[in-house]
Amino acid sequence: MTRELTRPLPWNWWLKKAVYFQFMMRELTSVAVFAYALLIIWALLSAADAGAFSTFYTFLSSSLSVWLHLVILVLALYHTGTWIALTPKVMVLWRGDERVDPGVIAGANSILFLMISGAVIWLVLM
Amino acid sequence: MGATDRTVLDVYRYLPDNESEPTFQSYEFDYQDNWVVLDALNHIKAEIDSTLSFRWSCRMGVCGSCGMMVNGEPKLTCETFIRDYDTQTITIEPLSHFPVIRDLVINMDDFMEKLPRVSPWLIPDEDKPLEDGEYLQTPAQVAHYKRFSMCINCMLCYSACPVYGLDPSFTGPAVLALAARYNLDSRDDGMKERAAEVSAHEGIWECTYVGECTQVCPKDVDPAGAIQMLKLSYALDWAKSVVMPRSSGS
Amino acid sequence: MVEKMDSLQHDVLVVGGGGAGLRAAIAVARDHPDTSVGVISKVYPMRSHTVSAEGGAAAVISPSDSLDDHAYDTISGSDWLADQDAVEILVENATDEMLQLEHWGCPWSRDPDGHVSVRPFGGMKLERTWYAADKTGFHLLHTLFQTTLKYDAIIRYDEWFVTSLIVADGRCQGVTAIDIRTGEMLSIGAKSVVLCTGGGGRVYPFTTNGSIKTGDGMSLAYRAGVPLKDMEFVQYHPTGLPGTGILITEAARSEGGVLVNNEGRRYLQDYGLGQPLDLKDPDHPRKRTMELGPRDRLSQAFVKEREAGRTFEGADGDYVELDIRHLGEREIDRKIPMVRELAVRYIGIDPVHDPIPVRTVVHYMMGGIDTDTRGATSLPGLFAAGECACVSVNGANRLGSNSLTEILVFGARAAVAAVDHASRVSLPSNQLLESSARSEQSRLEATLLRKNGGAETVSGIRSDLQEALEEGAGIFRDEATLQRTCSTITDLQERYEKLVLTDTSRTFNTELVTALELGAMLDIGEAIAHSALARTESRGSHQRTDHPDRDDPGFLKHSLAYQSEGNPTIDYKDVTITRWPPGERVYGSD
Repeated sequence: MTRELTRPLPWNWWLKKAVYFQFMMRELTSVAVFAYALLIIWALLSAADAGAFSTFYTFLSSSLSVWLHLVILVLALYHTGTWIALTPKVMVLWRGDERVDPGVIAGANSILFLMISGAVIWLVLM
Repeated sequence: MGATDRTVLDVYRYLPDNESEPTFQSYEFDYQDNWVVLDALNHIKAEIDSTLSFRWSCRMGVCGSCGMMVNGEPKLTCETFIRDYDTQTITIEPLSHFPVIRDLVINMDDFMEKLPRVSPWLIPDEDKPLEDGEYLQTPAQVAHYKRFSMCINCMLCYSACPVYGLDPSFTGPAVLALAARYNLDSRDDGMKERAAEVSAHEGIWECTYVGECTQVCPKDVDPAGAIQMLKLSYALDWAKSVVMPRSSGS
Repeated sequence: MVEKMDSLQHDVLVVGGGGAGLRAAIAVARDHPDTSVGVISKVYPMRSHTVSAEGGAAAVISPSDSLDDHAYDTISGSDWLADQDAVEILVENATDEMLQLEHWGCPWSRDPDGHVSVRPFGGMKLERTWYAADKTGFHLLHTLFQTTLKYDAIIRYDEWFVTSLIVADGRCQGVTAIDIRTGEMLSIGAKSVVLCTGGGGRVYPFTTNGSIKTGDGMSLAYRAGVPLKDMEFVQYHPTGLPGTGILITEAARSEGGVLVNNEGRRYLQDYGLGQPLDLKDPDHPRKRTMELGPRDRLSQAFVKEREAGRTFEGADGDYVELDIRHLGEREIDRKIPMVRELAVRYIGIDPVHDPIPVRTVVHYMMGGIDTDTRGATSLPGLFAAGECACVSVNGANRLGSNSLTEILVFGARAAVAAVDHASRVSLPSNQLLESSARSEQSRLEATLLRKNGGAETVSGIRSDLQEALEEGAGIFRDEATLQRTCSTITDLQERYEKLVLTDTSRTFNTELVTALELGAMLDIGEAIAHSALARTESRGSHQRTDHPDRDDPGFLKHSLAYQSEGNPTIDYKDVTITRWPPGERVYGSD
């Protein structure tokens, strides 16, 4: 009969709209989180042996490592921010027939995040 | 805004009968301050070119027929005012991510095929005879699912969703939002029955929360929110069935 | 256009996928699973115009209410033209239908204790209108549509346009239809055909109705020799938005909204609709009084106010003001949120702070295909329900919120009658189906699709028809203007014969669809105009300035318009009176 036209998405679809680009960047931050997880695994694996740990410690104090940490910190914070922003979508609380304001949920989660982060930092620095 | 004397609509044309490639056709007419894009399209069809095909009906944003891409954004053309556009020329195309049948008319078979799969009807545990009256449902209970029941099936969300654009097997925002509507209805007990289609790879788990569906939804349904809620509820349901296999009832 | 001959058949074929059609389909599929059922619609069912209904659906539910009260309100509201046996059936079955919808998931608005809420509505003595905020039609339609998805047995033909009824051996045996997507002309055989195609408000220039309301099914029946009943009764809703005609629901007045003229006066008190209560009075709004009077009287009052110069002048015509400010933002957003959304979006007015400009607008057709109380027409095998039918429950004027009830009650009833008929006849022969499709195809090729072009356009003829009907068959009518309208319509029909399409392509040809719709509109228009010309009395929504009184001895009867060579033949039939002898319509005193 008559032919329909399909219009497949181009490979660069995510460059066509600002929100799509931001979405891809957000997804890429999980790479940063993954990278840091690898770093922690390296730390754990090298903790048993003095030589391995020394190698790790040398890397840790290098300027490359410091820059890496800064970049990862920024990306991880952004990543966490987007997760916190997501929480009101998932945690829907009701007061009668009215929804608790999403800002309250996100705000509460932010405070929780800061408190836990603060506690971890204090533990580490102590 | 847009206070020029003339307006131009650059309209996507595709006529499969002519075996030709799609083109754009420009139509120019006097600017009208109170016109929506649909008014302009109807003016074109009535006064300039009767061969232009597009869908519409209620012109008040409730039937869901008139979705199209306006300057690259999915819109209900009956709710989109020409005066809100800075430029003299506005581009009109068929909704993205759907095959084009002709001109601005897309093929929505995929949506119509997916909708029944999530069992979008009330599934109560027990059938209640009419003589027993209505199921009691407080205003608060209605509010829990009300928002997700507002979907007019206009499919702007499918046009905005890059996941659907890349993989048409994704169930999609509107269908999943309707599944949520029924799961959250206090009269419904069908969550487990819907699990196979909803909590499936092509269902909620394919969503990566881009969130554009919610942004473009003209009825504020928030399908993205519905999908994330479904993820949590089905994940918890799964966890319960693993940890407490004998007590996972309804 | 015809590629292949397909042999599609069903026991019952429902034409139209709105509230009545889907309810009928469910009735067949659920209660008669051995009966095959198809639903054919020129649009996807969710687009049907039921979707735009706002205010609610009436059914007796309060302990202080009674079926007799609902019946009396409906009958007096109809100016005694309603068939009382039909009204009794309506009110008796209404509550069960609403409960059935609730059991199917309809999100009716609720009282704090969890029971369904009801609101007052125009012309009703007591609160009995069930509602889902102010999008009742939307929720009703989507509940019905989603419920049909449960039944695999229901076969749907989405975006197929029915062009004719197949009539042979003195009965209806199916339809011919165009698959709009491909342009193919096909026949669908059926033992019973149920028309649920809605009204035809688009024959007027200013209407709440969507583009699809073109009276297609009424025309199908008319051309098959079935009369159209009471076509002269066209309802103008009192509160539409100027410019677009978008409906502002009566529910705004149920919740306490008031209508004022340019002097700030609640003018309805001057039209025998009672006395206004103070807005803070707990009894406001008083039932069957003032703004809760019947629609025909409110619309007539608007015209009188306009003639007296007491309406506001606007860029889109005269208007009065609907004031709901005193309800407060919270109540407005809870009970009538769509009213606010529509006013803000299309008029730029927030009714929380400013009154809404409103004016009369064509909304509903009380008239339609003549059926009995089972939904059967004079043609065996043909049934009808909903706005396209005239049973009659609405008589000369419909009360708000009775239509959503009617489509459910009579959609279900017509299905029962259709199943019953189907059990006693056989399916049409393939030969009949094939020859019907072929001859329909030839008919189109000899008319709309022929090559020698003319100057006529669909839009040109259509707007002339709309203008003629507004001129002659508006809220107030007289013989001279009606005569002019009748002869204009005759001219338009001749012009329509000369119409040739610019678009002769096959794929999704909407010019063809609108041209076919225009053919139906001309049929409806002629039925309306000639029926109105013949009724030399005033009753309900049919007001003759040259015959201003109600004439029971002469006209307590239904008009029947039959398609004929030349002008339609107008005949009459009696109204069924059971327990409510004709009386005065009294509003405003309690």
